[in-house]
Amino acid sequence: MTLLRRILLRLLTMAITLIGVAIIVFFVIRVVPGNPIAMMLPPGAGEEDIARLKALYGLDKTIPEQFVIWLNGVLHGDFGTSITSRQPVLKLVLSRLPATLELSIMALVIAVILGGTLALTGTRRRGTRTEGTIDIVNGMALSVPDFLWGLVFILLFGVLWPVFHISGRVSPALDLPFVTNFYLFESVLRLRFDIWADLVSHMFMPALALAIPLAAIISQLLKQSLKETMHLDYVTLSRTKGYGENHVITHEALPNAVLPTLTLIGVQFTFLIGGTVIIERLFSYEGLGNMAIDAVINRDLPLIQGIVILFALIFTVVNLVVDLTYAALNPRLRNG
Amino acid sequence: MSFLTIENLSAHVGPSPILRDVSLSVEAGEVRGLVGESGAGKSMIGKAVLGTLPLAVQVTSGRILLDGEDLLAMRPRDRRRVIGAKAALIPQDPLTALNPSRRVGPQITNRLVDILGWTRQDAQMRALELLHEVSIPEPERVMRAYPHELSGGMRQRILIASAFAAEPRLIIADEPTTALDVTVQKQILKLIRQMQQRHGTALLFVTHDLGVVSKVCQSLTVLFGGLVLEDTRVEPFFAHPSHPYSAALLAATPKYTDPDASLTPVPDAVIEGVQAEIAAHDRMQPHV
Repeated sequence: MTLLRRILLRLLTMAITLIGVAIIVFFVIRVVPGNPIAMMLPPGAGEEDIARLKALYGLDKTIPEQFVIWLNGVLHGDFGTSITSRQPVLKLVLSRLPATLELSIMALVIAVILGGTLALTGTRRRGTRTEGTIDIVNGMALSVPDFLWGLVFILLFGVLWPVFHISGRVSPALDLPFVTNFYLFESVLRLRFDIWADLVSHMFMPALALAIPLAAIISQLLKQSLKETMHLDYVTLSRTKGYGENHVITHEALPNAVLPTLTLIGVQFTFLIGGTVIIERLFSYEGLGNMAIDAVINRDLPLIQGIVILFALIFTVVNLVVDLTYAALNPRLRNG
Repeated sequence: MSFLTIENLSAHVGPSPILRDVSLSVEAGEVRGLVGESGAGKSMIGKAVLGTLPLAVQVTSGRILLDGEDLLAMRPRDRRRVIGAKAALIPQDPLTALNPSRRVGPQITNRLVDILGWTRQDAQMRALELLHEVSIPEPERVMRAYPHELSGGMRQRILIASAFAAEPRLIIADEPTTALDVTVQKQILKLIRQMQQRHGTALLFVTHDLGVVSKVCQSLTVLFGGLVLEDTRVEPFFAHPSHPYSAALLAATPKYTDPDASLTPVPDAVIEGVQAEIAAHDRMQPHV
């Protein structure tokens, strides 16, 4: 199967997944108790007002009818209007997306660097006390969920020894010259390293909290597959050629050992993005997750739908990217 | 002077000895067979020379002299350089001895470029020349191929070419035909022999097959339980093996002339005799 066909097939399954997610979310949030109209009107509003408002938001129609109207809008790029802020859902969601993407990617980078370093060190020092220590650290990192790490960091580095910002995305006093919402990215492009430093200072704690459990998983799996690979004949052969342990690990073992880890990172990265919902709330970080919680509290149905669809889209794209990277790194799959 | 000399090499895994005072030497340009059943420690000797012993194996005494230099007394870094420049391995299983995620070419040339400081072009030329020498068709294409695109026999040819790439003075062949098809075995054996003669390389041929030894080797060492039982030239060995175990081993070798004959196992009495010999050897050792 050619690469192109593989991609097309994946795009088709992605579309089906997204439609499935849309249907489920659409119906579930309308079936659970609580409705947006009740939240919008003052107590004691008359039947007439309720009916008028319902008609305004299209909530007087049956759920399947509402779905068809909504889906038709989506296909024309209109995700509806947020009930609470009365702004287009698409605009709201897209304005928050960069913040969450930057946070997730920073967390992923930290996790890969941290986990990779631990795995390589553990492999280099296998059988020694260093490896034992790494195993213990991994176990501890794995047994505490990300939001608890978040709380610990807020206490340690926000309250007891305040070296990092623990609230918000950027200091409000700063004058931002940006045209996109990718602040971190744009600050580098504009060479505004003062703002960049402020952004990192805000992001580092939530990103680290998200990264630690993933780093532990990466470290554990990568170290395991590296150790298995180190016994293989081609690694031994490379030793007899005069290569040292470091070269053997990074050049012979790593390219093969990294494949299963890569798949895992893909799956775990989607969990990490899911984790941003709580972490963003904890650190008052103005991202999608924080917006999602507000939307649920206010029963802002169109906004919830928009956010969930966007999250689903991110998940499927991440999975697609992982599959393609895997194929690119594994020559046996390339023409298979 | 011999190119490789092993003197009284002993090694243990935990408390149990796996090599017992092994001494053997390989002259420059000589082919020596290293024969024994599986578990006799023959592969361990090759690994000890090349510095690839598993972590669990501890060398407790002895010297390994390669071209007059004591490998065990060197710093690991220097030892690797000496081995990389002067010795090479033809591995047992061609299917697992090439890195699946790298193209074949760099796997032949990397030692020349990274360890011996050749230019990339020179190494490339050398690799093509060697692939041609081991009768690989379209060497340019094969250099760009991934291992999984090539047959087992092709891969073993590539590994042989790669072993000879740096003109090593000693090659250790660790059962190089065991993993191959019987029809391919003969060709590969012939190829190793040809290459060895053409390049004048000393060869330590680790095998359990006495038939192979009679075709390829000039001298041989018989090993059982990490103990050297016999060290002799090939002609007298096949005429009159001096050790009872050698004689039994020879009798156990299937004859190609009589394929219907039933196989003769090594008699229990002989094994018991060897085990008594090993026990006697161990009693002579100071406790470690």
